[in-house]
Amino acid sequence: MNKKFSLNVNGQVHSIEADEDMPLLYALRDDLGLNNPHFGCGLSQCGACTVHVDGKPKRSCTMPLSEVGDSKIVTLAGLGTPEHPHPLQTAYVQEQVPQCAYCINGWIMTAAAFLRDNKKPTDAQIRTALRGLKCRCGTHMAIVRAVKRAAAMMG
Amino acid sequence: MTRMEKPQNFSRRTLLQAGGALVVSVGAPLALKTSALAADGTAAATRPPLNPDQLSSYVAVNADGTVSAFFGKMDMGQGLSVAIRQMVAEELDVPVERVKIFIGDTDTSVNQGGASGSTGVQNGGKQMRAASAEARRVLVEMAADKLGVPADQLTVKDGVVSAANDAGKKVSYSELIGGQFFNVHLDWNGQIGNPLYAPGKAKPKDPKTYTIVGQPVPRDDIAPKVFAQENFCTDIKVPGMVHGRVIRPAVAGAVPVKVDEASIKQIPGARVVWDKGFLGVVADKEWDAIKAAKELKVEWSQPTPPFPSQAALYDHIRQAPTRKREEGKGAGNVDDAFKNAARVIEAEYEWPFQSHSSMGPACSLVEIKDGRATCWSGTQKSHFVRAGVAAILGMPEDKVRTIWTTGPGSYGRNDADDCAADAAVLAKAVGRPVRLQYMRDQGTGWDPKAPASIHKARAAVDAAGNVVAYDFLSRGFSRVDVNTNGSKPWDTLAGQNLGVALKSGDGFGFPGESYGFTNKRAAWETIAPLLDRASPLRSAHMRDPVGPQTCFASESFIDEVAAALNMDPVAFRLHYVRDPRDLAVIKAAAEKAGWQTRVSPRRDQRGNTVSGRGIAYAQRGATRVAVIAEVDVDRGSGKIWARKFTVAHDCGQIINSDGLHHAIENNVVQATSRTLWEEVKFDSKTVTSVDWRTYPILDVTEAPEQVDIVMINRLEVAPSGAGEAASRPVPAAIANAVFDATGVRIRRAPFAPGYVKSSLS
Repeated sequence: MNKKFSLNVNGQVHSIEADEDMPLLYALRDDLGLNNPHFGCGLSQCGACTVHVDGKPKRSCTMPLSEVGDSKIVTLAGLGTPEHPHPLQTAYVQEQVPQCAYCINGWIMTAAAFLRDNKKPTDAQIRTALRGLKCRCGTHMAIVRAVKRAAAMMG
Repeated sequence: MTRMEKPQNFSRRTLLQAGGALVVSVGAPLALKTSALAADGTAAATRPPLNPDQLSSYVAVNADGTVSAFFGKMDMGQGLSVAIRQMVAEELDVPVERVKIFIGDTDTSVNQGGASGSTGVQNGGKQMRAASAEARRVLVEMAADKLGVPADQLTVKDGVVSAANDAGKKVSYSELIGGQFFNVHLDWNGQIGNPLYAPGKAKPKDPKTYTIVGQPVPRDDIAPKVFAQENFCTDIKVPGMVHGRVIRPAVAGAVPVKVDEASIKQIPGARVVWDKGFLGVVADKEWDAIKAAKELKVEWSQPTPPFPSQAALYDHIRQAPTRKREEGKGAGNVDDAFKNAARVIEAEYEWPFQSHSSMGPACSLVEIKDGRATCWSGTQKSHFVRAGVAAILGMPEDKVRTIWTTGPGSYGRNDADDCAADAAVLAKAVGRPVRLQYMRDQGTGWDPKAPASIHKARAAVDAAGNVVAYDFLSRGFSRVDVNTNGSKPWDTLAGQNLGVALKSGDGFGFPGESYGFTNKRAAWETIAPLLDRASPLRSAHMRDPVGPQTCFASESFIDEVAAALNMDPVAFRLHYVRDPRDLAVIKAAAEKAGWQTRVSPRRDQRGNTVSGRGIAYAQRGATRVAVIAEVDVDRGSGKIWARKFTVAHDCGQIINSDGLHHAIENNVVQATSRTLWEEVKFDSKTVTSVDWRTYPILDVTEAPEQVDIVMINRLEVAPSGAGEAASRPVPAAIANAVFDATGVRIRRAPFAPGYVKSSLS
């Protein structure tokens, strides 16, 4: 049955009424009208729906609203803007990373949390941190280059 | 196809929305002064008919001096848009930043075939280049008239035409025609789709003079994606829209016999759409549509499970009746040569069904309003989807508009066209706009598959050790069991579920190479699909259709012959390959990789992890690629790491070196994934590969450490496809490297750890 939820997304608080079992992804996309994140699998297998929940990367496709509480949610749009980009966004543009780009929420949001806690990572550390995320177009080489570039920017 | 009744209305709205290009028909450009446009406010709405023989169908100069390029092929993320903008800018002599491109909207572009066979630049770009050259010619003539200076004494820079000997005499493109359409006829060849070509009188530039083509101009669509500012087709919403989901049977071929609508009555707004084999639901909220699809109680018919066991797949391919056989251009007398051979070398290879498994399952939105329908889709071929949606809706094509919108990844005939047709069925049934996105199990389990196949090769060797005959046969499911687009109801699940019989086509392919064996034969044979209606194993085009599997066999076999004759794999190829451009890529790759001449396998390694190198090469159309793989094989686990690739790539004239680099790299990584991991699993009832666990792909921890790329730029050679070619030699290069490392020949894909381990023991 529908319940009232208050969602703190990208610094703004929204009130919605929804099924408590509904995953956060549908609240973001359907109720709040945000175009990111994306639906990729609905199974926590690919990462296309990744958002930060209190700073941690979470797969919003399987996180029911009942678990969100008053957590602060940040989506890709909230990570940075063209005027104030996150280094990863800058690096993604500079490295011309994506092909279809449908996967980028997973890689950027996961890497953003990783780089916050890991300065100057090695290639192997970057790959391990991103393990399990899917990119069907095969842009993995460019992704790793961009994360390294962003890491360098973040000093 | 009939013409639109009111093209001006559609044109105006579309173009104003598209780019603020206030484009006005003015009759013949030289009749500008007598044009009635100033007297008639609505004249701004007119555009010459959107026909392939109109210059206005491809380019327009806007009032602000920008140029609009209208393109009937789609960019699946490989940077085609920027390449086309460069080609247009080059011919028109305007800065590339000033060229805007409008892609795949059936209201603004003609049918240039959509994304198809890596012909975006090769065919689509060729046309845009010809049209832009003609536009420049016309503009210069208009300037000559206006300035009173002969055309041959005018130069163009940054969209300004000026007298060569009097820079004060000048006029800009926007002053000449800005905001108005060209009204110039082109010499159209009468074809639509990929072969469409409609040049004007102008001759495109001499490639030696290029300043924009060839440059690594960045894509302008990446920043909007990275900042979450661009709408994908999954993001399009229209007022009154509902969300749809379709329901597929648990046994392929089953149809609903009883549907209990009451079982979802507790879900707000949930409705069932059931028509023959088609079953779907809609609801106001997306989550409710998902729940309704899950909770709806359905009784299905109980057909005999249609599929053989997975283990019997290749025997089925060997034993099924041949439906069609085709032979390529051969040489000599193969049968006689084998009779007289001193030695015959033979091998057989196997390749599984593979799934496009796009990053997100397909999504489409269909709105039917005021006697017209609009379909938003991530399809590769929006003009063909228009036809498919029109057929499903029973509407004339000219009442349907398809708007291509960036989709969740595409590598051929994936699930996008089926989704558009399914959304059309739902929208028609419920009388509201319907947004349908498939679920993951449908995106992986029910997309059209790359066909499974076997490949038999044999070579005849004479007493002196020369290869005197070569015989190659591919045999498998058709690459066009369902066609490469969803324009016909029998080629979509919706059409088949509504009772239209499948018209399964036949097609496979030949190896692309130039080995100069005296006696040579290549053939293919197709067999019937396993299920003749709404099959999750229907086969169609997937990136480099049948290329990777055919080349896996042919170039593995060439390697086997080289090894059997104690020849270095590169030396063997250089000895027998005839085409100079083929030889050039093989040499370039070998040189870049530091290839040491020796016979495979190595035989000098002990320990658990062994390393090897392997080469394979291919032609794909006019493009040539050689790939050298360097692999590590963990003998204990059977796990292969394709650690390094060296690619030499020749696609003629390079339009954008950065875009090409990415296209090659991504092809290599995706093809590595297909080689090492990808296999559609099924049981007797249906496909059981339904997500990323049951259809694993390459992980970032398994991606190569290094991909070195040599791009051979041939300015004078017409550009050919680069979107898929580098995929082709990858499987064989890996297989040959594994052989070099281990001495064991892997003849079945994928080279998953379990299979490799058992092959090694």
